[in-house]
Amino acid sequence: MSRAILVVLLCLVAGVFAPARAEDTYRQQMKGLDEQVQEVKSDVLSIAAELNQLQERLLYPSDSHLAVFVALSKGETLRLDAVQIRIDGQPAANYIYSFKELEALQKGGVQRIYTGNIATGEHAIEISLNGKLANGKDYTYSQQFAFTKAVAPKLMGVTLAGPDSGQPAIQIGNW
Amino acid sequence: MARSRHVLLSLALAATLTARAASADDLKDLYFGEAIFEAAQGRYFEALERLDAELAQHRRVDEPERDTLHYHLATAEFDVGDFELDYRMHHRAGRAIKAVLEANVDDVIRNEAAFRLARIHFQKDQPEEALQALERIHGKVPDAIRDDLEFLRANVYSALGRPADAVPVLKKLQAAQNLKGFAAYNLGIALLQAGHSPEALQQLDQAGQVASRDPATAAIRDKSNMVLGRMMLESARFDRAQQSFDRVRLDGPYSNQALLSAGWADASAGNYERALVPWRILIDRDTTDSAVQEARLALPFAYGKLNVYGRAALLYGQALDSFGGELEKVNTSIRSIREGTFLKALVREEIHQDNNWVVRLRMLPDAPETFYLTSLMASHDFQTALHNYLDLEDLHRKLVTWQGSFDAFDDLIRLRRANYEPLLPEVDAQFRELDSQMKLRVEQRDQLRKRLQDILTAPRPELLATADERIALERIRHVEKAIAGVSEEQRAELQERVQHLKGVLIWTLRTEYPQRLTQAHKDLRELQRHIDVLTAQYESFVRTRQAAVHSYVGYDAPISRLRTHVGSALEQVDMLEARQGALIETVAINELKARAERLEAYQSQARYAVADSYDRATKAQAEAAGAPQ
Repeated sequence: MSRAILVVLLCLVAGVFAPARAEDTYRQQMKGLDEQVQEVKSDVLSIAAELNQLQERLLYPSDSHLAVFVALSKGETLRLDAVQIRIDGQPAANYIYSFKELEALQKGGVQRIYTGNIATGEHAIEISLNGKLANGKDYTYSQQFAFTKAVAPKLMGVTLAGPDSGQPAIQIGNW
Repeated sequence: MARSRHVLLSLALAATLTARAASADDLKDLYFGEAIFEAAQGRYFEALERLDAELAQHRRVDEPERDTLHYHLATAEFDVGDFELDYRMHHRAGRAIKAVLEANVDDVIRNEAAFRLARIHFQKDQPEEALQALERIHGKVPDAIRDDLEFLRANVYSALGRPADAVPVLKKLQAAQNLKGFAAYNLGIALLQAGHSPEALQQLDQAGQVASRDPATAAIRDKSNMVLGRMMLESARFDRAQQSFDRVRLDGPYSNQALLSAGWADASAGNYERALVPWRILIDRDTTDSAVQEARLALPFAYGKLNVYGRAALLYGQALDSFGGELEKVNTSIRSIREGTFLKALVREEIHQDNNWVVRLRMLPDAPETFYLTSLMASHDFQTALHNYLDLEDLHRKLVTWQGSFDAFDDLIRLRRANYEPLLPEVDAQFRELDSQMKLRVEQRDQLRKRLQDILTAPRPELLATADERIALERIRHVEKAIAGVSEEQRAELQERVQHLKGVLIWTLRTEYPQRLTQAHKDLRELQRHIDVLTAQYESFVRTRQAAVHSYVGYDAPISRLRTHVGSALEQVDMLEARQGALIETVAINELKARAERLEAYQSQARYAVADSYDRATKAQAEAAGAPQ
């Protein structure tokens, strides 16, 4: 084998099996920085927790706090496009879902779609959904529910399902 | 080489782990579901924020079994560790999992925790600690992790330089579907390291023929063929080498290297004509790829060997032009990085929309520096550094937003104070008046209730007399007193009439007593209803009054504390971001300089070869012209 072939072959071998060049020199520095980044992440998470508590206390006091969460029924094939929520006839939330968000809902995630304040007593919530069924047809459904807001914070879970699931299209649950 | 294999094994392991998913129907805790929602979108900071808060609250409650998170506690404890890992917080993840390990939990949970801890140590290049964690596994192992656990154990043995221990473990995993390709490749490498070369070659050959459409399995199959091909090439078994390189997909990550190597296998066997085929394909590919650049030299080299010097000279000339252009591109990239363009390109929002963002960096306009950095950017350490940089940028944005929100909070509190404080004294005065009236009415209700209660045991019909009857009775008593002063003849008659009247009244009171008692209880209940409404209004007022005060009192200290924390965290984040950015730039520039040096070497080689080829071509032409007819 000629010298030229040998030189090129050595290059080839170096190319296939990960280079260990200047990168290694900085590996320790990167490791050290990584440790510090982990520490600062931890600090910022603590700040976020404290800030969230403060924000909730300041903006959504417990006696008027209302939060509405949206989930998809188990194994749901409905491609949810949008959800609109009206509380006592007033628009409260209007959300258009990205593919990532829809996937997150299908994986069992629950989206907090609305957080606000509401007086204690009787109220009405109207939930409308738009989506596409597995066969490609458009699907729209809307339903109104009455609910009572007591002194404690109200967490309302809305579970959505398509017409093929055999489940009610919209179920309301209290948590 | 050891390091690259280690990283590959980690990636393989991560790829085989299955994500756990809940569903809305089983969900009992909305905030836990919210954490899953965030994590499923790769928003691990937000996921951790929710889940940390929920777990902290769960630990504070007096009766945790009545808390909704109780139903998901085991999953949540693991998920928080997973999210921390995904957010590259290995230390915290390790601590969380150690806490599970040290708690009084059953075998299945403890073993899964030990597995996860071992995985963290392995990913952090700590194989000794990983093995210690694995040695804590006893008893029942969850089915879902059984294969992954054994695969990890084998990888840990290999990383510790104990390939002989890894071999039997990997042999048992050959049928595991989720490890298809990876277990076969790792077994080949372990056999090789353990000194069982013939068996290793056979194993790599098998790994190189694993049938699968899964991209990860296909990639490891290509990798197996590359390793086997290289070994065959080194031992001068060119046909076998050729066979392995031919198995590598033409559109996979190893395709360029495979084409280059296939050419060298032919060239090494002296079959230069066949070597032309892969190299011709290769030179039309991405010019920034090192294999393509090498092929630009290899192709004219083969033509030279075939005595086609004119063609060789032409191709060397083209290679020279190409290297010059690429060198210019590399130098532009170095300048661009020094000007900070690379870091600016990294933080562009649009490139983080999918998992292939590193690859997509190449397509960014105005970012020439990314052309030559794909392989560097694919390396584990550099990716960690890039991710850290992006995380720091994200933290920076969050902290700056929070800083702004404190001013908004201050405004809100000031406005609320200005609104409520002047109103409260008057409201309080009115309330005190109403409060005393209400107390009086409540006392009266209590007296009535007591009186009715007493009547039940000792009936007193006169207490249920109507107002008219009470007046009449009173007048009768007056008349009775007045009669005492009249003459005796008149008195007897008057007394008889008074007794008659009194008798009528007493008769009414006694005969109507049961109905009146029932009515009195009904009235008392009615009164109670009114008092209940009044009490609810009273309590509502008290709450509203408290809420009004709580809406602006008691925030100064926490806001001031948070403002300080956010300020110092921002300083720390900015400092780390600058250091991380500088390090990324330095490593990237070094990589580009290495590529520039290689291009310069190629350039010199091509320059020499082009002249040499022209000489030979001229000589060959002269020889041909001078040859006897």
